Amino acid sequence: MLDVRGSVIASSYIVAAILFIFGLKQLSSPSTARSGNRLAAIGMTIALSATLLDRQIVSFWTIAIGTLIGAAIGVYFARTVQMTAMPQMVALFNGMGGATAALVSVAEFLRLTRAGERIGLGEGTSIVLGTAIGAISFTGSIVAFGKLQEILPGKPLQFPLQRVVNALILLALFILGVMVVTQGGSTTLWTVFAAALVLGAMFVLPIGGGDMPVVISILNSLTGLAAALTGFVLHNQMLVVAGVLVGASGTLLTLLMSTAMNRSVANVLFGAFGATSNETGAAASAVGHTVRQTTPEDTAIALAYARSVVIVPGYGLAVAEAQHTVRELATDLENRGVNVKYAIHPVAGRMPGHMNVLLAEANVPYDQLLEMDQVNGQFPQTDVVLVVGANDVVNPAARDDPSSPIYGMPILDVDRARNIIVLKRSMGHGFAGIDNALFYHEKTRMLFGDARQSLTQIGQALKSA
Amino acid sequence: MSQELVLGIYVFIMAIFVGFEVISRVPSVLHTPLMSGTNAIHGIVVLGAFLVAGSADTPLLHTLGFIAVVFGAANVFGGFVVTDRMLEMFKKREIPQGEKKDA
Repeated sequence: MLDVRGSVIASSYIVAAILFIFGLKQLSSPSTARSGNRLAAIGMTIALSATLLDRQIVSFWTIAIGTLIGAAIGVYFARTVQMTAMPQMVALFNGMGGATAALVSVAEFLRLTRAGERIGLGEGTSIVLGTAIGAISFTGSIVAFGKLQEILPGKPLQFPLQRVVNALILLALFILGVMVVTQGGSTTLWTVFAAALVLGAMFVLPIGGGDMPVVISILNSLTGLAAALTGFVLHNQMLVVAGVLVGASGTLLTLLMSTAMNRSVANVLFGAFGATSNETGAAASAVGHTVRQTTPEDTAIALAYARSVVIVPGYGLAVAEAQHTVRELATDLENRGVNVKYAIHPVAGRMPGHMNVLLAEANVPYDQLLEMDQVNGQFPQTDVVLVVGANDVVNPAARDDPSSPIYGMPILDVDRARNIIVLKRSMGHGFAGIDNALFYHEKTRMLFGDARQSLTQIGQALKSA
Repeated sequence: MSQELVLGIYVFIMAIFVGFEVISRVPSVLHTPLMSGTNAIHGIVVLGAFLVAGSADTPLLHTLGFIAVVFGAANVFGGFVVTDRMLEMFKKREIPQGEKKDA
């Protein structure tokens, strides 16, 4: 039977588990999402406070100081980060969780070994897996962060025999893991830790930046799994329940995301997407066609005399932080009687829902945001489509060119509109690293430059149009 | 296998089903906030860091425990705050709409 302390801890954990489940449920619906996040936070507070009652804890200083520092770092970054940098923030926090899981597993192994306790098969396996998965998630997330933050190149980084090397590391991990479980040995476990750190980085480096949302989602569920495994190590059901909840829901989320991009998860992980340039389809159409440039003044006139305008935001809008500028331009156009809508591709930007978050921040009315299925039928009746920093999600090759690596991905059919104006920094490739025939289309005009600057210039020109 | 391990495996399997069921239908708008929210929840691993740090009896274990608590706390606090900020954006747009209706 449990003593009083034990009962308080156990019942607090049950309450926290229920709060996590309801929190997740509410997070999946727009009207309740915010309260769902708060429910989960309350659950977390209850679970963590109850843990402090555990008799195993004899010194509180490390916990108090560590929590204060960690919380300060977390809250500081979470508060100050630009809305545009949210995706990499999630990656960074996820990496920290992975590191925690790995360190907890290693530390518990060292403690048990020192105390001379026998480590059972279940515990030993959980320790090895918790260490390895946590460490993979840590370096994998850091590389994903680096790619999104553009510290590392977004293009897939490959070297010869990469897969062979990765397979060898994985094999080594497996052998070392079996050694730890059967013979023990802290040096061997540290080697597992180090090898897993290398594998995590090697695993994400060859994946193109465009696939980072899916990768972060996978790493997120891996960290959940690692947390659950530490639950087996520490005999703590709370860790098992919460960790597995994240592992399972994260896996489902990964599948939903890759479905939206029409890619299989295996293809994302091992396809080295965008490494080989697509030489047949799109590149061929690039030859012999010229890019037609336009000016902010001409763009303003085209917009002012249109009846319907559809704005297609993409990552370029996020980078330039042009969400407010684009909303101002749209309001000016509406005041002139132009019908303005926004077409939101489910994976525009760096994360699903990225554009919705940005445009909501700029107070764009909800009814002006159209999803892909709603808007695609309207393009033939649209006078002007204004593409602001989107590329792959409007690439007609995904629809027309079976040899294209993105063939089959659902796109916004902007090439069916009467006129297309593309705001873009340069003729550089999108995150998928492939050419876009839309830019050479005879109906397309290109306006090069920073999206916010271009939009401001168009807005000024509009006043005198 | 110990009784406790068997029980743990039961809990593990049940939680998989709950995890799948509970978010089966999510609009794509919420994919990012949901990922961020689950990211905060797996910060529960800081609980393990508490246990390790609180029972540490060597300098090495103290150091490992301390780093684990710092990282885990950053995951929890940062995760929930970032998610709340994302979701706040969604709420914002309902307010001006409401004002429009009143006007």
